Parts: sequence; structure tokens; C-alpha cells
Amino acid sequence: MSHLAKDMTPSVTWKDITPGCNIFEGGTSVTVETGDWRTMKPVIDWDKCKQCLLCAPVCPDMSIPVGADGKRGDFDYFFCKGCGICANACPFGAITMVKDEK
Amino acid sequence: MGIRERLSGNEAVAYAMKQINPDVMGAFPITPSTEIPQYFSTYVDNGEVDTEFIAVESEHSAMSTCIGAEAAGCRAISATSSCGLCYMTEMLYVAASDRLPITLAVSCRALSGPININNDHSDAMGVRDCGWLMLFAETNQEAYDNYLQAMRIGEAVSLPIMICQDGFITSHAIENIELVETEKVKEFVGEYKPQHFLLNKDEPMAVGAYATPVYYMEAKRQQAQAMMDAKEVIKKVGAEFAAMTGREYGLIEKYMMDDAEEAIIIIGSSAGTAKEAIQNLRAQGKKVGLIKIRSFRPFPAEDIAEALKNVKAFAAMDKDDSFNAHCGPIFAETAAALYAAGISAPKGINYIYGLGGRDVRVESIEHVFAELEKVAATGETGETYRYLDVRE
Repeated sequence: MSHLAKDMTPSVTWKDITPGCNIFEGGTSVTVETGDWRTMKPVIDWDKCKQCLLCAPVCPDMSIPVGADGKRGDFDYFFCKGCGICANACPFGAITMVKDEK
Repeated sequence: MGIRERLSGNEAVAYAMKQINPDVMGAFPITPSTEIPQYFSTYVDNGEVDTEFIAVESEHSAMSTCIGAEAAGCRAISATSSCGLCYMTEMLYVAASDRLPITLAVSCRALSGPININNDHSDAMGVRDCGWLMLFAETNQEAYDNYLQAMRIGEAVSLPIMICQDGFITSHAIENIELVETEKVKEFVGEYKPQHFLLNKDEPMAVGAYATPVYYMEAKRQQAQAMMDAKEVIKKVGAEFAAMTGREYGLIEKYMMDDAEEAIIIIGSSAGTAKEAIQNLRAQGKKVGLIKIRSFRPFPAEDIAEALKNVKAFAAMDKDDSFNAHCGPIFAETAAALYAAGISAPKGINYIYGLGGRDVRVESIEHVFAELEKVAATGETGETYRYLDVRE
């Protein structure tokens, strides 16, 4: 029986699942794709973005990465749940919410 | 030879706790189990144990304390009764599904309403599907002995365990008791060395996970297996305990069942009353016997079916009611056990008895056997869902 998050996959059997679904390592939330809950996704128009960074701190899931150069990058869709707070916060209309086609 | 003493059931359980010296007790008082944490807190105050005693604001918090402590790698205990047990219910499920072998002493008491502080099994039976192991005692001696075996059983299958005794009848009545020497207790119970625990700095660990539908059922199936595996563990620990004390314990106790034609199935202190009735009836030449359920969880379906297969009629005695317009839990599970084993010959009836401290007398049980004699003679059960000793 493995006790690592990577082995807790949808094919794990009842004999191999850990008791209580306990996980025996830290920081495992980075390995869990919570972005698949999303129905709407934010899309950025880089021509309109002024890098004011009002969007990054309001993201509840830290899905707007800000690099060492002080500029935001594209959305981290692995975690972004499409709440749209960033789109509302953007003063320049640079973020549009669109239907997330899967 | 152990130590001869005279103790109430609550004292006996508290004394067992002292001998074991667990790591953490989280407790909130409620009649009739209050004395257990009360006696135990005295031991803590006198330095007779080095247990961390955490006085909390509710039973929900008492069980939460135990969950945290047990997950941390400690032996955690509590005690409660009645609505206190109800109030723990949410956390009882968490303790079981997180596979934490907490030990909970229950002095069984009726539930409101009408408000009542006396004994029946409504509280324990109300939480019977929480996933806890549940042992019931007939006497103070059994409450003490069950408690000494509890941690060995729970820890072997990673499930929490309830040690139930009858409120007031057992918890407050002082009886002769034979205690096991403390060194022997410590050797028997041993140290708790969990494979994984939160305070292990070398292995970070997450407890109490969220399981999506893809995982939840596998977790539950594994939990169900632990309960099935517990049957053998209870028997094995009981055999070891017998080797130490001479007092034998299994899943059930059979009394005068070898040639019995009529039998009752019962839990708790009333088994003693029933044995008296059976002695009287045996003196009259009647072939009557008793099955006492010690382990209600896991339910000893195979043992009960085997013990009942040759009787003509049986009565399942429920000291609580399921209010399903049909029967109490012992009848339901006994009937299911027989059906699953393909045994259909014995006629069964159900008595709801002793609610809210209603006295259960020898004559009460003799009345049940008189009714069983009629059922056996005619093959007709009549109404199967009956109340005993209620004014018509």
C-alpha cells in the first residue's frame, strides 16, 4: 500500500486505499487539479493589460502568477475555478470571462 | 489471583483507566457517566496518572479532542451518556472513518423525552451505525474487563471502541470485583505505537481528507472490512484475557443453550436477571436458555444463528425502540442473521423492555418465557412487536 498522493488515483482499490484516505506527505494540494470544477474561464487580452497588478492579489486561488520581473503571467488554469473576480477588478477590460469548453 | 475489591461500575472503569494511564482524556460531564471523568480527574490531580485531562465545553468537543489527540499518536479516552453521546455523533463518525482507535466509556441512559436519567439502551443503539466497535457489560466486573481489552481490540483493527454498561444499574451499584494487578494490566494492554501519527516529524501527514465519489466508497469498504476483521480479534484478545484472569469472553455468552427449546437474546445487566429466571424455570424442567450479546458491533451474526438454529422459539429483548412500527434493533439483526444463514425454523418475537429505567424483574423475564412456551407449542407468534411490563 502506497501512502503518497500520486498513488491515490481513480484506479486505487479498497484494499490499497489508505485508511481514512490519509496522505503521508505534505503540500499535496499542488498535485490536485481543482481547475476542472470551472465552467467559465478568464482570458486576458495582453494588448489591453497595463500590468497594474490589481487582479493578482484578489485571486482567491493564487492562479495569477507574478514573476520576479514584477509582471503578471497567464492564468494558472490547473487551479483557476473561473470565479471572475479578476475580470471585475480589471480597470481596463483586459480580462474577459468565456465559457470553458472541455 | 487478582485484587479483591468492591466498586461501582463507573469506579471500576475509572480504575481501569488509571491502570492503563492513557495520554489524553477529553471529557464533559453527564449523568450517569459523570463519575468516570470525576474519579479520573482526581487521579490526574493526585499525580497517579500523567494523562493530559482536557475539560471541554461539550461532548462534541470532547470527541473532537480525542480525535486530535489520537491522530497525533496518543491514546485518547472519554466517557459519556445519553444526549451527550448524541451530541458526539458527528464526531463519532469522524473518529471511525479516520480509523482512530479511541476508547469511549458509555454509561447507557435513556434519551429525551420525556426527560429521563435512567437506564435503557437508546443512546448506544442510536449511534450503532457510526462505525464504532461496541462491547456491552452485564456486571461491573465485565465493564472493567471489557475496558482492559478495549484498546487491544480497537488498535488491532484501527477502529474506535465503546465500552457500554447500564447507567445506574451497573454504573452506580457497588459489587464485588476482582481487579487485575496494575503491572499485569500494563503488560496486557501494552504501549500504543501507531504506524503513522501527526506528531511524527519525519513523516508529514494529512488526516481527515475530502474524498470525492471516486474514492469515498473504497474508503468505506475498507472500513467495513476492519469491522469484519474485529470478530476474530475480539475472540483472540478474549482468549488472552482468559489466560491471564480465568474470565472468558467472546462475542456472545451462551447460558443453558445446549438443549434449549426457548431462548431470549439480551444485552447488558438484565442478562443477570434473566439467568435467575432461567434457573427457576430449569428447576421446573423447562428447557430455556439465554444468549447474551457482548459484542453488538461487530454483530455476531454467525454465532447467534448457530446458537439459535435448534430452538423452537426465541425472544429478542430490546432496551430501546427503533420506532419503525416493527421491531427493535436486536430483533432486526437477529432475524437478518437467521435469514442470511438460511435458518427459518425458530419462531421469533420481539420485546421492547426496561425503557427509562423501568424495572426488569425475574417475573418479567419469566413472563417472556411463558409467552415463548405458547409460541413454541402453537407455532404461532401472534404480534411480534411487543412491549413488556407496560400498563394496558
